Amino acid sequence: MSRKRKKPQYYVGNILRFLLLAGYLTVVLFPFFWILSTAVKGSQAEIYAYPVIYWPEHPSLKNFADIIRIGNFGNYFLNSFLTAGIGATGAVLVSIFAAYVLARFDFKIKGAVLFLFLFTQMIPIFISLAPQYQMLSKLGLSNTRQGLCLIYMSSMIPYSIVNLRGFFQGIPVSLEEAATIDGCTRIQALFKVVLPLIKPGIATTYIFSFINAWNDVFTANMMISSDELKTIPVALNSFILKFDIKWGELSAGVMLSIIPSVILFAFIQKYMGQGLTAGAVKG
Amino acid sequence: MKKMTGRTSKRSRDRRFIFLMLLPAFIFIGIFTYYPLLKGVTMAFQDYNLFNINNTKWVGLDNFRQILTPSAMNNFYQVLYNTLKWVIASLFFQFMIGFALALLLNKPFRGVGLYKGIAFMPYAVSGFVIGIVWRWMYNGTSGVLNDLLMRIGIIDQPIGFLAQTGTALNSVIVANVWYGIPFFTIMIGAALQGVPEDLYEAAKVDGAGVFRRFFSITIPFIKPVLVLTLLLRVIWIFNMPDMIYSMTNGGPAGSSRILTSYMIEYIYSNDYGMGSAFGVIIMIILSIYTLIYLKFTKFENLGDY
Repeated sequence: MSRKRKKPQYYVGNILRFLLLAGYLTVVLFPFFWILSTAVKGSQAEIYAYPVIYWPEHPSLKNFADIIRIGNFGNYFLNSFLTAGIGATGAVLVSIFAAYVLARFDFKIKGAVLFLFLFTQMIPIFISLAPQYQMLSKLGLSNTRQGLCLIYMSSMIPYSIVNLRGFFQGIPVSLEEAATIDGCTRIQALFKVVLPLIKPGIATTYIFSFINAWNDVFTANMMISSDELKTIPVALNSFILKFDIKWGELSAGVMLSIIPSVILFAFIQKYMGQGLTAGAVKG
Repeated sequence: MKKMTGRTSKRSRDRRFIFLMLLPAFIFIGIFTYYPLLKGVTMAFQDYNLFNINNTKWVGLDNFRQILTPSAMNNFYQVLYNTLKWVIASLFFQFMIGFALALLLNKPFRGVGLYKGIAFMPYAVSGFVIGIVWRWMYNGTSGVLNDLLMRIGIIDQPIGFLAQTGTALNSVIVANVWYGIPFFTIMIGAALQGVPEDLYEAAKVDGAGVFRRFFSITIPFIKPVLVLTLLLRVIWIFNMPDMIYSMTNGGPAGSSRILTSYMIEYIYSNDYGMGSAFGVIIMIILSIYTLIYLKFTKFENLGDY
């Protein structure tokens, strides 16, 4: 067999593939490079120079120091972290149960239930913001982190359910059946047998929910009014509303806001497709 | 007889189990998503302005009438046209490039995991922040894109991409294409993993070429994923105002305005009646689209979604 000798097309194809992939990577990275480059430029002259300066001549962390010390970004970071973390935890906990029965049982109104989840994606966020605010006010939770957590939690439940359901569908039912024959209740079988098998699915759903809440600007902007409770995107928003945008500090703020989500996402991108596509492929 | 009761009690036990497992999710979605939505919908039929909160009153369809009647200040049909252009152009390029990239990445090579970890980065960032980044790159006086285009020789002098009515919407769409490619690459890539290799081998033996194999094996096999991702993506792009909000806020002179960004302009000027009416119109359009799409693609069995 001619295993060793490959056709010339093979090499041409591979080189072409390499070039295309390298080109795409450059296009993806460039905006990130540019915002980082702006963030570490120490002087206004360098930031606003034209023709532009690609590589900072006097790199400094002054912009970062400014937004953390004067701009209170450390605090915003903590608020973002707490609200997104708690919101995502709640969403995943609640979704596990619903996703499990939607993966394992057939019942009459299942289509309607799933449509109710699909429909949440069609709701323009701004139609509910004022009523949500009024509701939190009545509960004494407006302008609190707890109130924000509750809204993040419920807004991430539909996607979490659909995602987790896909992972549940990848696990053979026979495993739980064996466990119930051994005397486990359904819930015990779920916790002892099934959940350990879909750990990647749980982690993926959790991180995705976290990132979504972490990225939210409009809900937090409506619910939070005190400066000490602001999240990072809300702080960035007040930057861009100013007539004279300080691009150096804003870029530093952007970097702080994207580093955690980009790192977390790198871990789960491998599993991201599985949950959403599993249901579709099986159907 | 005994057997019957046994079966019914198993069924009713199942039903109770299903009900209890779904209950927490329903409580949260009901209280924090659907109840506020219903209240929001009622605002669409009211004169509801925060500046004049004590004179809130029911006005029937007045808000809708005002939206649908073209005037110098407000041209709904122009905004609708912008919205369609924003959705279709963004979706087309996101899908084509995302699909091509998924195919390129389908054959493993050394470092493919690392490559994906980096190449999918945009997906982890919000449209709001991506909009800020691109707004800075498009800047008319110190923007890096102007610099690049001038170095290559495509333009002679800097362009205010986001400051001109002729270029603003297209510029925002370019940024959105860049932003949305990883979604399709990830989803289609996951689906491609499921196509059995022996199908290709068999087709090769039968003499089917690359294109033939692509259209008669790959496409049919991953069709459910294509149908689902296209459905969701249209809804998301339609309903995603944050990128336009942070780049142009619909300007200049409304040239990059889409329905959802227009809705923000009303809500942020505290006119909740008009803003909510826009929201209702958006939901009606998306519901009609979804129903037609599901019928047309024969993807009716939502139970499998």
